[in-house]
Amino acid sequence: MEQIKSNNSNKLKQISPASKFLAKSYDVNARDKYYALWFLGPSLLVLAIFVFYPMLKTLYLSFFLTNNLGQPTVFVGWQNYLSLLTSSSYLASLQATLIYVFAVSLLTLGLGLLLAQTASFQVKGSAFFRTVFSGTMGVSVSVAAIFWLFMFNPSVGLLDQLATILHLPVINWLTQPGWAMTAVVISTVWMNLGFTFLIFFGTLQSVPITFYEAAQIEGLSKTRQFFKVTLPLISPTIFFVSIITLIEAFKSFGLIDLMTAGGPNNATNLLVYRIYQDAFLSGNYGLASTESVILAVIIAFFTFLQFKILEKRVTYK
Amino acid sequence: MMENQVAKQNHFWQYLILILLTIFILIPFVLGFWTSFLPTAEISKGALWSSHLSFDNYRAAITQTPILRYLFNSLVISVLTMLAQLVFCSMSAYAFVFLKFKGRDLLFYVVLATMMLPFEAEVIPNFATVRSLNLLNHYAVMVVPFLTSAFGIFMLRQAFLQLPEELKEAADVEGLSHWQFYGRVVLPYAKISLLTLAAYSFLASWNQYLWPMLTTFSDDFRPVQDGLRQLQSQESFNNWGMIQASAAIVVIPTLIVLFFGQHYFKSGLNEGAVK
Repeated sequence: MEQIKSNNSNKLKQISPASKFLAKSYDVNARDKYYALWFLGPSLLVLAIFVFYPMLKTLYLSFFLTNNLGQPTVFVGWQNYLSLLTSSSYLASLQATLIYVFAVSLLTLGLGLLLAQTASFQVKGSAFFRTVFSGTMGVSVSVAAIFWLFMFNPSVGLLDQLATILHLPVINWLTQPGWAMTAVVISTVWMNLGFTFLIFFGTLQSVPITFYEAAQIEGLSKTRQFFKVTLPLISPTIFFVSIITLIEAFKSFGLIDLMTAGGPNNATNLLVYRIYQDAFLSGNYGLASTESVILAVIIAFFTFLQFKILEKRVTYK
Repeated sequence: MMENQVAKQNHFWQYLILILLTIFILIPFVLGFWTSFLPTAEISKGALWSSHLSFDNYRAAITQTPILRYLFNSLVISVLTMLAQLVFCSMSAYAFVFLKFKGRDLLFYVVLATMMLPFEAEVIPNFATVRSLNLLNHYAVMVVPFLTSAFGIFMLRQAFLQLPEELKEAADVEGLSHWQFYGRVVLPYAKISLLTLAAYSFLASWNQYLWPMLTTFSDDFRPVQDGLRQLQSQESFNNWGMIQASAAIVVIPTLIVLFFGQHYFKSGLNEGAVK
C-alpha cells in the first residue's frame, strides 16, 4: 500500500512539470502584474460582487432586525441566533435536515457502490446496465419531481395501485409526515445515483487487476476481496463522494419545493426551504440571514473536511 | 466443478441485484414516458393501458403551454453561462499558473475558499444586488452572477499545471505574448478539461432552480425548471398526460447530451475525484 502511494506521487510529479513555474521565486515582473489585472480582473470582480460581498452582508444582517425591504433597522446582537437555537420549530427543521442528509448520503453511497461493483463484473449486458445507471444524471430536479410525484400520487400512482392489488394499506405518501420524508429521500437518492455510479464505476476501473489476481492466489472470496482490496483502495473516492452528497443534500431545495413545499406539518421543512420562506415569503430578512450563516457554517465545516481528506492523499502542488 | 457452481451462484446474485436496481432506476422514467402517450382521462382513472395511444399530450404541451419558450430561455442562459465560464475561468487559471505577481498563491487560496460558501446562503444580499442593478426578470440575472466559478478556476488550474515546460520555453524563445501563449498553446492543450468544464457549467446552469424562481416573473425569461413548476402549479395540475409530455420534452435533450458526452464527463469527474 505504501508503495502504491509513493508511486502515485512520483507519477504526479512527472506529469505536472508546469508546476515548476510555481516553485520559482517571484522575480518582480511589472508586466506580469499588468497582465494579471486583465486575466484575473473579470473573475475577481464577479466573485467580489456575488460571493464576498454577500457573505459579509449576510453575516452583518444576521445581527439585525430588518424592515420588509431587507434593510437593517435595529441591532440585536446575538438575539437572532439565540431565538433560533431555542425555537422548537427551527430545531425541528435542523433535525429533519440531519435525518434527510444522513439518510440520503448513506443510501446514495451504499446503492451507488453496489451498482458500480456489480456492473463492473464481466456479466452479459453490462454496457446496458452502465448506460441505465448513469441515466438519472441527465434528469433535472423538476423532471425528477414530476416523475416521482406521479409515482407517489395516491389515486393514480403506481405504488398505491400496487398496494391495492396486493391488499396492502394505501399510503398517502406526501401528506403523512414520516412518509413524506421517506418519499423525498427516495426521490433524492434516485436523482443522485447517476452521478455517484459514474464516479465509483470509473474509480473501480482504475484499480489495477494485479491486486485482484494476488487476492485470488491467496484464495480470498469475492466478498472478502471487496472488503480487503477494493474498499481500502477506493476509500478516498468514497470520502469525496460522501462529502459532495452531504453538501448537496444540505442545500436541497427544488425537490422539497415541488414535492412537499416543506409540509406536511413542517416535516420536510429543510434549512434552505426555511430560509426561502422566512426571507421571501415572510420578509424576515434578518432572521433568514442568521439561518443562512448557520447553514454556511455547517457546509463550510464539511467542505473543509473534504479538503483535509483530499490533501492527505495528494498535495495540491 | 465446485468453482463453476460458485461462479454461477455469484452471477445469479449479481443479476438479481442488477435487475432490481435497474427496475428502481427505470420505472419512474418508463412510467413517465409511457403515460405521456395516454389520454389524461384514462390516467386519472388509474389506467396504465389504453387503446388510444397518441402524441396528443405532446401537441397540447407545445400549443397550450410555453414549454418551448422555456426551453429556449434555458438554452440561451446555459450557453451564455457556459461560454462566459470557459473564458473567465481559463483566464484566471492562466494567471494563477503562468503569471508571477505578489500574493498570487494567497489569492488562489481565497478563491478556493469560496467553494465552501453555498450560493443558497447568499441569496438575500444577491437578490438585493440584482434588484438595484435593475437585472430582475431578464436573462442577465441568471448569467451575470455565474460568469465565473471557483470550481472551474480550480479545475483548469490543475489542468494547466500539467503543461510540459518545454512548451513554455519554446513560447518564450518565439517571443509569444501572454495572450498568444494562452490562446495558441494553453487552451488547445487543455481541450479535454475545457470540454468537461463546458458540460459541467452548462448542466449546472440548466439545473438552477431557486435563483430563477426568485428573479424571473414572466414566461419571456423563465427557464425550464421553473417553467415546469409553473405548469404544475397551474390549473393543468391534474392533466398528467400533458405534464409527463412536458417532462419528456425537457429531459430528452439532456439525456442525448449525456449519452454522447458521457466520456468527457466521466474523465472530468474522476479527475476531480482522484485528485
